[in-house]
Amino acid sequence: MLAVTTADLSLTGWTIAVGAVANVACALLGCYLVLRRMSLMGDAISHAVLPGIALAFLLSGQVHGWPIILGAMLVGVLTSFLTQSVNQLGKVPEDASMGVVFVSLFAFGVILISTSPTARAADLDVDCVLMGRIEFVPLDVEEWFGWTVPRALGVMVPALLATLVFILVLWKELKVVAFDPALATAMGINAALVHYALMAMVAGVTVVSFETVGSILVVAMLVVPAATAHLLTDRLAPMLLLAAGVAVFASVFGAGLGLVWNINVAGMMAVGAGLAFVLAVFFAPQHGVLGKLIRNARLGLRIQCEDVIARLYRMAELHEEADRAETVKHRLGALWSASGGLLGWLAVYRLKQKGEIVAAPSGGIELTEAGRRRAESIVRAHRLWEAYLEKDLELPPDHLHEPAERMEHYIGPDLQSELESRLGQPGVDPHGRSIPPAPPSKPNVLSRDKGER
Amino acid sequence: MFGLPYNTVVVLFGASLLGGSVGLVGCFAILRGRALTGDALAHAALPGVCLGFLIAGERHLGIMLGGAFLVGLLGINCIAGLRRWTRVKEDAAIGFVLSVFFGAGVVLNSVIQRLPGTGSKAGLDSFYLGKAAGMSADDVYHIAAMALVLLLLVALLYKEFKLVTFDSAFAQVQGMSALALDLLLMAQIALAVVIGLPIVGVVMMAGLLIIPGVAARFWTERLGAMLLLSLLFGFLMGLVGSGISSEVAIPTGPIIILTGTAIFGGSLLAAPRRGLVSRILAQRRFQRDLDRRKLLRVLFDLSEPRLPGRAELALADLLQRRSWQPARLRRLLDEARAAGQVAIADGRYALTAGGLQRAAEVARGYRLWELFLHEYPDMALAADLTSESVEPVLPAAIVADLHAKLKLAGRWPRG
Repeated sequence: MLAVTTADLSLTGWTIAVGAVANVACALLGCYLVLRRMSLMGDAISHAVLPGIALAFLLSGQVHGWPIILGAMLVGVLTSFLTQSVNQLGKVPEDASMGVVFVSLFAFGVILISTSPTARAADLDVDCVLMGRIEFVPLDVEEWFGWTVPRALGVMVPALLATLVFILVLWKELKVVAFDPALATAMGINAALVHYALMAMVAGVTVVSFETVGSILVVAMLVVPAATAHLLTDRLAPMLLLAAGVAVFASVFGAGLGLVWNINVAGMMAVGAGLAFVLAVFFAPQHGVLGKLIRNARLGLRIQCEDVIARLYRMAELHEEADRAETVKHRLGALWSASGGLLGWLAVYRLKQKGEIVAAPSGGIELTEAGRRRAESIVRAHRLWEAYLEKDLELPPDHLHEPAERMEHYIGPDLQSELESRLGQPGVDPHGRSIPPAPPSKPNVLSRDKGER
Repeated sequence: MFGLPYNTVVVLFGASLLGGSVGLVGCFAILRGRALTGDALAHAALPGVCLGFLIAGERHLGIMLGGAFLVGLLGINCIAGLRRWTRVKEDAAIGFVLSVFFGAGVVLNSVIQRLPGTGSKAGLDSFYLGKAAGMSADDVYHIAAMALVLLLLVALLYKEFKLVTFDSAFAQVQGMSALALDLLLMAQIALAVVIGLPIVGVVMMAGLLIIPGVAARFWTERLGAMLLLSLLFGFLMGLVGSGISSEVAIPTGPIIILTGTAIFGGSLLAAPRRGLVSRILAQRRFQRDLDRRKLLRVLFDLSEPRLPGRAELALADLLQRRSWQPARLRRLLDEARAAGQVAIADGRYALTAGGLQRAAEVARGYRLWELFLHEYPDMALAADLTSESVEPVLPAAIVADLHAKLKLAGRWPRG
């Protein structure tokens, strides 16, 4: 099974090429569907075009070619139109109306095909439309300028080119309609026209891809690469490129493993795209689950660090005259329990590393000069916020500490000096403790001016 | 039975039972805005069926359906998880589960078909398009058992399901676990999908879940009635569809769906209140009512300065006041004359005594509304302005205030 010959290689190569071309065309259009939250329109259209194909076949007698593509495009637009009509006229929720429309059209198509003897004779069977037969694509070849290439490439390459031209020509329109249809209308773009043009393109590419890769792979390629790309970037052009990249990867993955293991290639391509999606879900830098977890953990650690040094500062403040180190050592047990296990330990370790705390000669820990400066800023933020809550929101004194304990980590020097000047340089917080002054290195007048400008 | 071949009876019975029970649970999916979740589930079940077959090593229905159930639930949890933890929107999440799970199923299916001996016997092809006509008595027993489970669950937990469907926050306050109920609902849908899948196929399954509920929604505003109707519609889809298919040689699944499409279309057009025809008629009626009121108001406004005398008005006077189409105005005047509100003499129109009284009423309502919009602009959006006057709509205190102000301004119409 693993004895790969050159013939196998070129077979694999052509399968990959045909798959990649079909997948990229679908993935590019899919980006606009995903952005408009209409991914399922791809699913709906790819099922609903069946009667279009069947009718065009019955009228023209051809299995391939323009009549089929036109028939499919018409029914694709019709699907979208009917969905909106049912949604608006019948006040049926959009997803339900889409379901009713595409299932009905599909059922109609199945009946058309299965009752027509000519359709059955022409091998227009439903299983083929559903699953495609990409494995056989390299076997059905034709001559191109002296090259022997699969016939499917002669259909898929123009389809991809048409998709590229469509996107480049209507770049601005598609973009505005995808992100803000109301703005598009205000800009004089006919949003409905752009919408139906997109639907027609989706239907056209869908039906062209059907005979090579099958409808289920088309649905996968319309949704999954675009959704993957959307997890990786916030910009449209990179999103299109990434989606195309995922589509190519899926094609290589599916054709490679599918042919080596002798299993369904189209299905493997869908699985490949799914794999890329799952990876993106976990590892995408900005929007991935792991990235979010790490950011949350970082934030948690920062807050913990700040809580530790703020606490040290307060203890030192309470016992300014007493032996500072002795007190800190005495209270260390309380500090540990309050800091919370591992995260507290990590915070102390990190603070030591950054040189904000050091081991005190007496055995406890104490703030260094750098730590003291940072702690001052946090305590300043805390007490200013308490003062603000008391004065402007008129909260009772016993309701001040909790919100301030949370807010203190998010109030920077600019906001601090703004609060201070708004409160009229209070000097002490509502509990009578003094508010540390702003650090002299950054004169607060200057930073406030900046803030206001 | 009934003079029909045994097989036909089995299929009729099974299909209608399946349609009814699937329609019942589909209702909840639609009301919760999850119509297409059933579609995703039907697709996601395929790899489960294949895995079940691979594990059992033979066509063991129980294990295959168990696999489908478990993988289907996994798919639904994927959708929920993606929506909760990532920026992936629900539509893309459904699309992902639907296509990738199904792709995996296609792959596993090709693995099975490669297995020596057993592969071709797996009979997995029917999962794509279904084989309703080939239903056996065993299948019917399965359907009946499922129908019983679904019916019992819905009957026992009716109140809970209702609450969680319409106000899940309130349900949680009441101490119900919205999550558990949601999962139970999804499990019900998964059960229905798994049983129905080999019979009607993946795509038709979605239709069976959606169509009865959507059609039922046109006829009623009440959950209980909607569930019953949905059950009935699903039942009819199965019965009529499989009946037609046994007479004419066409596949059962699609004709069941098209039967449903017909029921849906009929409901969309003909249902009272929510149907298209009755909504258009109601719109027309309202428009005509509005026109009549407008005519009376204009007649009153023109007659008012000469009260208690009688004002005789030319058609031109009326035309000047409003942008009527002359033909439309004439028709309205004819109607008013037929109702005894307007008299014509020498081509001039005048309100009769009865007409004057009615016109004063209409004018009073209109002026009160005008005053209301002027005095209470912040309440305007909340009020039903289609009512003829303010009394049935607004709080009594405001009504009294408006009455007083209108009288004070000397604009109170006296008929």
